[in-house]
Amino acid sequence: MVAVIVIVIVVVLAILLFVLAFNSAVRLRNRVDSAWSQISVQLERRHDLIPNLVETVKGYAAHERQTLEAVTNARTGAVQAQQAGPAQQAQAENVLTGALRQLFALSERYPDLKANQNFLALQEELTSTEDRIAYARQFYNDSVQSYNTRIQTFPTVLVAGMFNFQKREFFEAEQGTAEVPTVQF
Amino acid sequence: MYEQIAANKRKTAGLVALFVILLFAVGFIFNYLLKGGVVGLVIVAIIVIASSFFSYFNSDKVALRIAHAQPADPTEYARYHNLVEGLCIASGLPKPRLYIVDDPAPNAFSTGRNPKHAAVAVTTGLLEKMNRVELEGVLAHELSHIRNYDVLIMTLAVTMVGIIALLSDYFLRIMFWTGGRAGRDDNNGNNPLGIVFAVVGFILLIFAPIIATLMQFAVSRRREYQADASGVLLTRYPPGLISALEKLKADHTATHFASKATAHLWIEEPLDKETNKGDTKWNHLFDTHPPIDDRIHALEQM
Repeated sequence: MVAVIVIVIVVVLAILLFVLAFNSAVRLRNRVDSAWSQISVQLERRHDLIPNLVETVKGYAAHERQTLEAVTNARTGAVQAQQAGPAQQAQAENVLTGALRQLFALSERYPDLKANQNFLALQEELTSTEDRIAYARQFYNDSVQSYNTRIQTFPTVLVAGMFNFQKREFFEAEQGTAEVPTVQF
Repeated sequence: MYEQIAANKRKTAGLVALFVILLFAVGFIFNYLLKGGVVGLVIVAIIVIASSFFSYFNSDKVALRIAHAQPADPTEYARYHNLVEGLCIASGLPKPRLYIVDDPAPNAFSTGRNPKHAAVAVTTGLLEKMNRVELEGVLAHELSHIRNYDVLIMTLAVTMVGIIALLSDYFLRIMFWTGGRAGRDDNNGNNPLGIVFAVVGFILLIFAPIIATLMQFAVSRRREYQADASGVLLTRYPPGLISALEKLKADHTATHFASKATAHLWIEEPLDKETNKGDTKWNHLFDTHPPIDDRIHALEQM
């Protein structure tokens, strides 16, 4: 009788542990997925801001066609690269960052443009979007770290093996991606 | 980090329990000395439970109202909103409600009962005097208070300390008016236990507000260091918060709408310390915040 009770308790505890381990693995994996999509959301937000910026600058410095076209082209490239792999995407975003840097450097020569409320608001939006992209990548890496640690440690490692929970890759900054555009205020 | 948050939650629950027990003790003694009987006990229980629930759901509103905080307009304060949104992405928190306190002294605080019902308030002086990275450091500190569940205990302390102080004050007034007649009846009644009870109760009633206040301080000082550390973990840039703290140190204006009840909520001790110079050791016991130099030093070690 005692033996039966002990066995029942052990089995119930084992099932409970198993359920908890499985749920925590799923929760962390979902966090990794949502963190990854958060990065794309922020990149898209950046792309959406650029046409407005180009229009605003055109009003004050229409003859700086070369710089403006470079920004527009870089944006198109970045939008197209979203379907390509992460490496190409990172490269396209780099080109866009460089073009934007040129544009903001150019704005130094136009005091009227620099005083424009709309331009200032867009500049603030773009700066904070750059921040958000960096933060979204940081959160993604933090999430990957906790997820990977969880599925490699006991007892979750048993569940992970059974249900094929894969290790996730970190987002590695490419050469140059780590550089923040230095916007002159 | 997550283990630390879990430990924090447990400690918070413990402290809330202590507050409730203290409140009950004050209530029961209050009742005993006034010979309220069973009806009195029920009334005390109802008051304690009701006020605990009221504190849990409304203390953030109380704290915001005491500070005269106004909701921050998203277009007028775009930078403030953007920085908080960025930090929320980094920490995986929902975006808290944002408030502005019209005050030239730079300061900030956060409140709420959990990350989903949280609010951050900054003074207009903070927005003016801090540059982007410094402001980000301060906001990361405030969001860490939310993430570490410090806001619940800190905000509850505002109303709990208030209720205990109010009750004790009320009781002492009654004793004064009735000439302590309620207590003297016990003395005549040949009941030594009753005398002990009355004396202990009287002492407890006097000390309860002080105990509650000391708890409030013990809670807040340790957690300031923690919030500094986990805030920097978000921005990955200690110099931002360090230079913000240095600016706060250099600035001597006292925050106008801060009172003793809300002092521990702010990022920097809001009340002017120049006024109570002199006794140094005892002063530190009642400090709501660790000295800024020590906080800077701790950050520089990272």
